[in-house]
Amino acid sequence: MAGKPKLHYFNGRGRMESIRWLLASAGVEFEEKFIETPEDLDKLKNDGNLMFQQVPMVEIDGMKMVQTRAILNYIATKYNLYGKDIKERALIDMYIEGMADLNEMILVLPLCPPDQKEAKIAQIKEKVTDRYLPVFEKVLKSHGQDYLVGNRLSRADIHLVELLYYVEELDPSLMANFPLLKALKTRISNLPPVKKFLQPGSQRKPPISEEDLEKARKIFRIK
Amino acid sequence: MTTKPKLCYFRGRGRMESIRWLLAAAGVEFEEEFIETTEQYEKLQKDGRLLFGQVPMVEIDGMVLTQTRAILSYLAAKYDLYGKDLKETVRINMYADGTLDLMMMTALAAFKPPEEKEENLTLIVKKAKTRYFPAFEKILNDHGEDFLVGNKFSWADIQLLEAILMVEELDASVLSDFPLLKAFKARISNIPTIKKFLQPGSPRKPPPDSHYVEVVRGILQF
Repeated sequence: MAGKPKLHYFNGRGRMESIRWLLASAGVEFEEKFIETPEDLDKLKNDGNLMFQQVPMVEIDGMKMVQTRAILNYIATKYNLYGKDIKERALIDMYIEGMADLNEMILVLPLCPPDQKEAKIAQIKEKVTDRYLPVFEKVLKSHGQDYLVGNRLSRADIHLVELLYYVEELDPSLMANFPLLKALKTRISNLPPVKKFLQPGSQRKPPISEEDLEKARKIFRIK
Repeated sequence: MTTKPKLCYFRGRGRMESIRWLLAAAGVEFEEEFIETTEQYEKLQKDGRLLFGQVPMVEIDGMVLTQTRAILSYLAAKYDLYGKDLKETVRINMYADGTLDLMMMTALAAFKPPEEKEENLTLIVKKAKTRYFPAFEKILNDHGEDFLVGNKFSWADIQLLEAILMVEELDASVLSDFPLLKAFKARISNIPTIKKFLQPGSPRKPPPDSHYVEVVRGILQF
């Protein structure tokens, strides 16, 4: 009997959060082992668990998987959330890579020096409303279906909805001109496993606090 | 009769080079449209073919694909270079993602100011020697096979060769402590399609020089 997947990361969103979202949305229960100190990370490295000395790392199906995208691709394929053929997969990949670019900007925002932060936020907001959200609104408009690709739920919908929550956290008014995206967000949020993940007490992580940011900086030795 | 894939990018490595490598290794002939002016780039964006307004872009099988990794994954699957099952695929992904990280650092280093650039390139060689190459040497050592995954040529092997050659351009001695990678390099370089790609006159692009940096900076305005 296979055990639950085990996620190794610090107790925060970072690069692991999209993996948590995907597993949760697929209805897969998982365990988490939090890295709390630099020594915890060193131990993981020294025990030979991290192929490139980096986390995220997920123990799943007898493998110690690293590289966020590799992990997400595996989960999406295993739980049938990656389209029905190579062409649908290509479309999903295009969409999610765009989302990953935007997500990356938001993810690293806490590390931005305070004097540059305002400008950075303005830049991100512009990209949200001018580059990224219009694309996905247009996709939904073009086929009028409930999901981004192939008229059925895929990882593209899950990653997008996760991203829309972050966009809303940044500035709720950014969603104003995207009615179809708002509807997608509501629809996906109402799927039972997603609904459960969105409840308090789930394994979903909050935005990082100053205290936790300092802790993460220490663990990962970021200046 | 199928048309050749068409690659749209600047006349240089950047984010398109791994795609050129993959196509070439698979023995697929392709055409290239080089972006040389801002007007050309703006026209591409206005034509609405760049999903997020960015390149690389590849026209293939009736699709207009953007996003480097989406393109690479599609090609790897199409040309049977992506493993025989999900477990092989995830390994290939892990290895390819690692080497892509390393190569992206190198591609971006070209655009840094001179003081930072030296520092970056030194760091890249260090990461290759202490993080990436040891991992791949170990993989080859553990299974003793000719290829990284499943005893069969895959996308992971192509990426690793590309990364090795890229780092060797920065430090020719970088493989001195990695005998299996040295043998791997020789072996993969001798695969006919790859051997052809390594000849002068192939679509392979040279390392970024100041002219390339200037052109790209001018067009992308950064």
